Amino acid sequence: MKTAALILSAVLAVAACVFLLAPLVVVVLASFSPTPVFDLPTTGASLRWYGRIANLEGFWPALGLSIEVAAVSTALALVVGTLAAIAAVRGALPYADAFAALLVSPLMMPGLVLGIALLQYFRAVGFDAPLAGLLVAHLIVTLPYVARTMIAGLSRFDFTLIDAALTLGCTWRQAIFKVMVPALAPSFLIAGLFAFLASFDNYPVSIFLTDVRTKTLPIKMLQYIEEAPDPTIAAVSSLILLGTIVLLIIADRAVGLSRMAGTSD
Amino acid sequence: MAGLTRERRTAYLLGLPAALITAALFLVPLALLFAVSFTGADGFSLSAYARLFGSEHYLWVIGNSLQLALITTLVTLVIAYPASFAIARAKGVWRSLLLGSLLLPLAASVIVKAFAWTILLRSTGIVNNTLIALGLIHEPIRMIFTETALVIGAVNVFLPFMILPIFAVVAQMDERLTEAAATLGAGPVAAFWRVTVPVTLPGVIAGIALVFSLTVSAYVVPTLLIGERYPTLPSTIAKAYLLTNEGSFGAAAGVVLLTIALAVVIVSSRLGKAPGAAR
Repeated sequence: MKTAALILSAVLAVAACVFLLAPLVVVVLASFSPTPVFDLPTTGASLRWYGRIANLEGFWPALGLSIEVAAVSTALALVVGTLAAIAAVRGALPYADAFAALLVSPLMMPGLVLGIALLQYFRAVGFDAPLAGLLVAHLIVTLPYVARTMIAGLSRFDFTLIDAALTLGCTWRQAIFKVMVPALAPSFLIAGLFAFLASFDNYPVSIFLTDVRTKTLPIKMLQYIEEAPDPTIAAVSSLILLGTIVLLIIADRAVGLSRMAGTSD
Repeated sequence: MAGLTRERRTAYLLGLPAALITAALFLVPLALLFAVSFTGADGFSLSAYARLFGSEHYLWVIGNSLQLALITTLVTLVIAYPASFAIARAKGVWRSLLLGSLLLPLAASVIVKAFAWTILLRSTGIVNNTLIALGLIHEPIRMIFTETALVIGAVNVFLPFMILPIFAVVAQMDERLTEAAATLGAGPVAAFWRVTVPVTLPGVIAGIALVFSLTVSAYVVPTLLIGERYPTLPSTIAKAYLLTNEGSFGAAAGVVLLTIALAVVIVSSRLGKAPGAAR
């Protein structure tokens, strides 16, 4: 009976993974479709949809905007979030647990609710600058990811190692850069990766904060899909997927998949 | 500030920027949203909530959201619980493959995945063609824009959020526990219910809370896979702000959605700390 249960769970695990990967495989196959109706390329493959990406109305500005917003907000969140995580973990802060919970709490917020709350707020204070508004809003999208991952990483870090380094003759600066930074680099990388992806893929917050000229890629993508879905969208999706895979491979080389699975709960 | 120790002052300085950002961009906007939801034409009013809870249409909408979240949570749990044991036991290449095929879809864009399901489920799509080729059906069945399509898509998008927390506790579980139970005379069924289930319960509770609150808040998946036929709280909120410009009504719907999502998280964290669930 135990063997039967093991086999059943293994079959389910493989089936679940196939099911999870299915849509990604389908998008890539459809992007090579020779006809405009998403046939799987049974009668040969075609790259023409990739050539048409450039013709999609507003694609390049949207891609540029999404990368800009994700990169800037992630960079700021990494700095601010890491400093706050040190404060929350080192124990010198009163109510450190409550502070940590507060920093992570926007993760539990439905994205749309955060989006409308920020929209109301920006209107109420007369803040009318779409790009700046989007950047500021994505700071609250990315900061909780950084705070969560860095707090978890820092609570595994043994701060007495710094004292040890100081005793052994390191200066403060050396102790930080030779002991603390290498030990925390994996958490920092994972935090950055998840924060960047969360911002880059964000739809529910951005949708309320954009105007005609500032539209992020997810907003344009949904618009393309609703207006005229053709394999060009599959080609764009495949390229986004390729970028995600490259980021994951870099992260895997740097920290390993098990570690990522453990910290992305 | 003179009375503070140096460590404490440093901690305040380190935490200050994040605290200010979270207060200014999260707490204050939420408080304002809450206030707006209680505002009518002339000051304080419960009219937005009265409209939400007083009409059959919006009760149906809230029901839709809860139903989708409940079904998705149950289906993902049934798949994820056994699968997590296999993933935790897998070694070497298999482990990397399984974990990789969890993390890649997790990192992939929700819009890309939902779009893929619109391709898969269309009447001339792969699922229909496969079923016809297998002789299971004779003519294409309508799948896209049905409840089935919605649940398939939601399960697909949110399954990793159920597997990962369960996997995390299963991977840390001491396998000798069940052996000890067997040595002490427990049969496999008793060992499973009295040892394995209680030990893995915190992961299960975390997974349920995560999937339920994510699904009840989902916007992209219902929009692309079922659309207007199955309005949810998120689609109602989006409509109120983007189309009809009914701020106070949208805010009230937002507060209701927020309450549901937070209630699940709070109840589950209480349950996770209950003595019976302690690791």
